[in-house]
Amino acid sequence: MKKSSKSIKPNTKKSLITYIMLVVAFVIVQIMLAAGEMSYMMQDLLVPLCVYAILAVSLNLTVGILGELSLGQAGFMCIGAYSGSLFSNLMETAIPEAMIRFPIALLLGGICAAIFGILIGIPVLRLRGDYLAIVTLAFGEIIKNICASIYLGRDANGFHISLKSVTDMNMAADGEMLINGALGINGTPKDSNFIIAFIILFITVVVSYNFVYSRTGRAVMSIRDNRIAAESVGINITKYKLITFALTAFLAGVAGVIYSHNFSTLQASKFDYNMSILVLVFVVLGGIGSIPGSIIAAIALTLIPELLRDTIVGDYRMLFYAIILISMMLFSSNKTFKDKLFGLVSKKKKGEVK
Amino acid sequence: MGFLSNLINGISLGSIYAVIALGYTMVYGIAKMLNFAHGDVIMIGGYAIYIAASKAGLHPLLAVIIAMGACTILGITIEKIAYKPLRQATSLAVLITAIGVSYFLQNIALVIFGANPVNFTSVVNIPSIKLFDGQVVISGETSAAIVISLLIVIALSLFIKRTKSGKAMLAVSEDKGAAQLMGINVNKTISLTFAIGSALAAVAGALYCSAYPILSNTTGAMPGIKAFTAAVFGGIGSIPGAMIGGILIGVIEILGRAYISSQLADAIVFGVLIIILMVKPTGILGKKINEKV
Repeated sequence: MKKSSKSIKPNTKKSLITYIMLVVAFVIVQIMLAAGEMSYMMQDLLVPLCVYAILAVSLNLTVGILGELSLGQAGFMCIGAYSGSLFSNLMETAIPEAMIRFPIALLLGGICAAIFGILIGIPVLRLRGDYLAIVTLAFGEIIKNICASIYLGRDANGFHISLKSVTDMNMAADGEMLINGALGINGTPKDSNFIIAFIILFITVVVSYNFVYSRTGRAVMSIRDNRIAAESVGINITKYKLITFALTAFLAGVAGVIYSHNFSTLQASKFDYNMSILVLVFVVLGGIGSIPGSIIAAIALTLIPELLRDTIVGDYRMLFYAIILISMMLFSSNKTFKDKLFGLVSKKKKGEVK
Repeated sequence: MGFLSNLINGISLGSIYAVIALGYTMVYGIAKMLNFAHGDVIMIGGYAIYIAASKAGLHPLLAVIIAMGACTILGITIEKIAYKPLRQATSLAVLITAIGVSYFLQNIALVIFGANPVNFTSVVNIPSIKLFDGQVVISGETSAAIVISLLIVIALSLFIKRTKSGKAMLAVSEDKGAAQLMGINVNKTISLTFAIGSALAAVAGALYCSAYPILSNTTGAMPGIKAFTAAVFGGIGSIPGAMIGGILIGVIEILGRAYISSQLADAIVFGVLIIILMVKPTGILGKKINEKV
């Protein structure tokens, strides 16, 4: 490890730079808001930007630290969004104060997502690589399908639930629809705002750094680098994988709650395969394993298409994402490409043990 | 009688899954990678047939052959550009690239062919069979899918057992290094595998789009994932396994759709995948590979 010229540890220094970067970005946004320099379109983007950054940082824990690919990020987000919105809708009269209700919704959404993360993780994390990717992808689709076919209502007799249709619920005519199948949840209180979303993002980054630099984080990274060696020194592979997976799911669930409380309507169809891929593109472009990279990539890739909406970039946005994924992997993983790009850097590394 | 016709439809859909699963299983066996883009090659094959048959007015069979050629070229190109440079890379990098290729194909199709789904004209021209005084009707598409996939599985098994290139494939999948030492051209063998898999994808595209005639840029994604499930079910790397797995998945899907819930049929298939991976990750006919340190 490189020795830092200052007395603080290099790890602390790295995380400190990220914290400062975040705070500076926050202050700039606040100044722009106060000066009225920000367009309405940009103001509407502030909360989604934080949501995407949280998603990217949390997926980075699984992809970058654990070294496994999860394509279920949208599914976990969907669980968080649905449970959080349902809670807020039910408790709107019981807990009128948004500052109390919203944190509970956030926590609840995160916990629900984490429970699903553990449930799906127990069978799947024994497997590796390709299987995990395809199962998480399948899981995301299952969640989306189930959420889009739930009908839940409440009347004087209590709750009614059906997986088929509104009429199948046998609800009284004066009952209140809570989840309306493919139409989703309506009338979620708009509790999210930029300040709360930013605070959650900041907490996410703090948690992620502390996780990575903790004993647990080092164990997880040892699994990524050499599973057999890690196992032979007594590291419980399944346990550490499960912890990472659950943490990723928890944070994605929290992001889902923020997302759902930013719009008054919520449909399960928003949490599709494209959403999971989008988050993966953030992580890959930002540099696998790099937390500030994930945040910067999430912000850049959300802002640039919006700003260039009417140009060619806006039309072919998803095509560019695909090209980013392929070319990033080719340039970072292929030795010939790498040598051509950074001839000097790779020469230096020649002595390194594989 | 309803059950019987559902069963036959399930076997037919499963036969199409089996043809797709062959592509997954062969590539997985040889290159040890999950070719995420395989499902999207089906979609490209579907569009190729649509253009050749419906737009250019060619004979359906000729259109299928053109599509097979187009998909073969596409498959080899994908392998050359995206996968070959990553032979030595980590499996995570290969997987992300494969997802990138899949996403690329879906979106390039969106740009070229537009967002509106097109109506696919069936390429199968076989009269339907009526059983039990018309109580069970088997459409031409259904019987064609079953017969063609059976022929493909038999032909492919013979190809691998009897021919030199087929044996080379087996050798490369067993041990790449040793195969190279024996004078087998590993790169050529891998390209051949991709070529065969992609040509089969075009056939699968023809059969799938004939049975479900709405073609859009995401047509291939779902059958692709389900066929992968079938390949895992039957044991990845095994050709008869792909057939058995495909038919089982097809039957489960159609029966689930008919008797449980039409919206949750996909969820049931993926539930099956999770259960197999928990109980028997090597699948029905798969071999257990011990990991070396």
